Amino acid sequence: MALKIPRPVIPTLIALSLLGGWEWMVRSGQVNEVLIPAPTQILEWFLWAIFDKSAFEAGRYLEALSKGELLPATWVTMRRLFIGFAIGAAFGIPLGALCARVRWVRDTLGVLALGLQTLPSVCWVPLALLWFGIREEAVLFVVVMGTMWAVVIAVQESVLNVPPLYLRAAQTMGSTGWHLWTRVIFPAALPGVLSGMKQGWAFAWRSLMAAEIFVVILTGFGLGSLLNAGRELLRMDQVMGVMAVVMLVGLLADLVLFSPVESWLRRSRGLER
Amino acid sequence: MSTPLDKPTAPSALTLRNVTKRFEGAAGQVTALEDISLDVREGEFLAVVGPSGCGKSTLLSLLAGLEHTNEGEIRIGDAPVVAPGRDRLVMFQQDALFPWLNALENVLFGLRLKPDLSDADRLESARYYLNLVGLGNKEKARPHELSGGMRQRVALARSLAPNPRVLLMDEPFSALDALTREQLYGDIQEIFTKRKKTIVLVTHNIREAVCLGDRVVLFSPNPGRVQQVFDVDLPRPRRMNDPTLAALASEVTSALSSHLAK
Repeated sequence: MALKIPRPVIPTLIALSLLGGWEWMVRSGQVNEVLIPAPTQILEWFLWAIFDKSAFEAGRYLEALSKGELLPATWVTMRRLFIGFAIGAAFGIPLGALCARVRWVRDTLGVLALGLQTLPSVCWVPLALLWFGIREEAVLFVVVMGTMWAVVIAVQESVLNVPPLYLRAAQTMGSTGWHLWTRVIFPAALPGVLSGMKQGWAFAWRSLMAAEIFVVILTGFGLGSLLNAGRELLRMDQVMGVMAVVMLVGLLADLVLFSPVESWLRRSRGLER
Repeated sequence: MSTPLDKPTAPSALTLRNVTKRFEGAAGQVTALEDISLDVREGEFLAVVGPSGCGKSTLLSLLAGLEHTNEGEIRIGDAPVVAPGRDRLVMFQQDALFPWLNALENVLFGLRLKPDLSDADRLESARYYLNLVGLGNKEKARPHELSGGMRQRVALARSLAPNPRVLLMDEPFSALDALTREQLYGDIQEIFTKRKKTIVLVTHNIREAVCLGDRVVLFSPNPGRVQQVFDVDLPRPRRMNDPTLAALASEVTSALSSHLAK
């Protein structure tokens, strides 16, 4: 009888052996640790980025936590992301609906949105700096530009794809105008709108990193700035550590924000069992 | 068995006078319906039957107010039909239930749009009609959890609940299996006898038309015209495999094929 191995075992073993190999390559000097630090060195950076080293070693743990630079930087970045994303979605959803509803808006704003959506939003940085100065608004502007157009396009498409049958059925029952929008079109378009928001979120995240690496904004030291500081100090443990944090935050957002809503939507409409 | 169209014996629920409907297609103008005059009596079950492309679905959209005539006039009672209205509710070929609402909420949808009702009345009415179609125990079920036949039953309850003057049915049985269809024929006839509704059914199934209709209007295609009208004086409830019904159905069929052969 074959032994049944639990599914996580093999990937864990592979990951551990890869990490072990990496560690060994660095420690034995086969790879220059300035170029590629060992996993344990990155872990160490994590520890002292979360806790301030001297305060921690003196046993003042709370102070060490408050003086560590990683958590405040993550907080700054997350706040920018949420505010920028919220503004982008708040404008993007109604604009997308308008594009779907009014033909000439679709032919103008809709086309523009399609074009601007393909523009990497880091391209907005020079203009944003000129318009807003080296301030928080400049970063937010770049994030909004990254989010909004993707949301506009997604909302427009999903509203246009609402099955006409739903509209006809609702209209015969006397639903028009605002009622039709809020009770039929929006719920019917919701899955598409949600995936548009998800895409907008991914774009916002990328724009923000680019903006933070590009310009150090004095009003807040975010993850991008931390990564860039690592570059300037030639601290690749810091650079790779921040990259890991950026990845983790992205995954976490997907896991906590979008996946539950998405799977609830799919389950409740029978798209998935 | 045929009667002249223009002599209604009872007050009309729906009146069509010289209705013509054209569409702009890729291959130029298509006349879907030409010079249709029809009267649907109050409390009558009218079945419109014909091959595909005879404009029967267009007719239903016109009656529902979802499309507009090019020529002629449609009236419900004394009022001209210009837009969709709660006095004419439609059952579509696909059930058109909203997947984000459960069965009860779907039935409530139309009721909630009806003013002058308390929420308690609406709920009571929705439950009454769900029970009437035999789905009282499925209130909380989402459309995807119901079978095709059950979904059409919910759709039926949804169109009956706001108590429309006329119920319009656009081939609502065509996507169902034969067994479920038979059951629904029974249900519809029972409700029709109980509730005294005016019903217009559009179908390409001649047997179905003869089984359900008080009158069967045969349409011919290209352009859609009324070819012949048959009275069906059979007692209800009728069964699909009743021999008299089968004989009448074959009479309609031969009328249709003789026309198509021309």
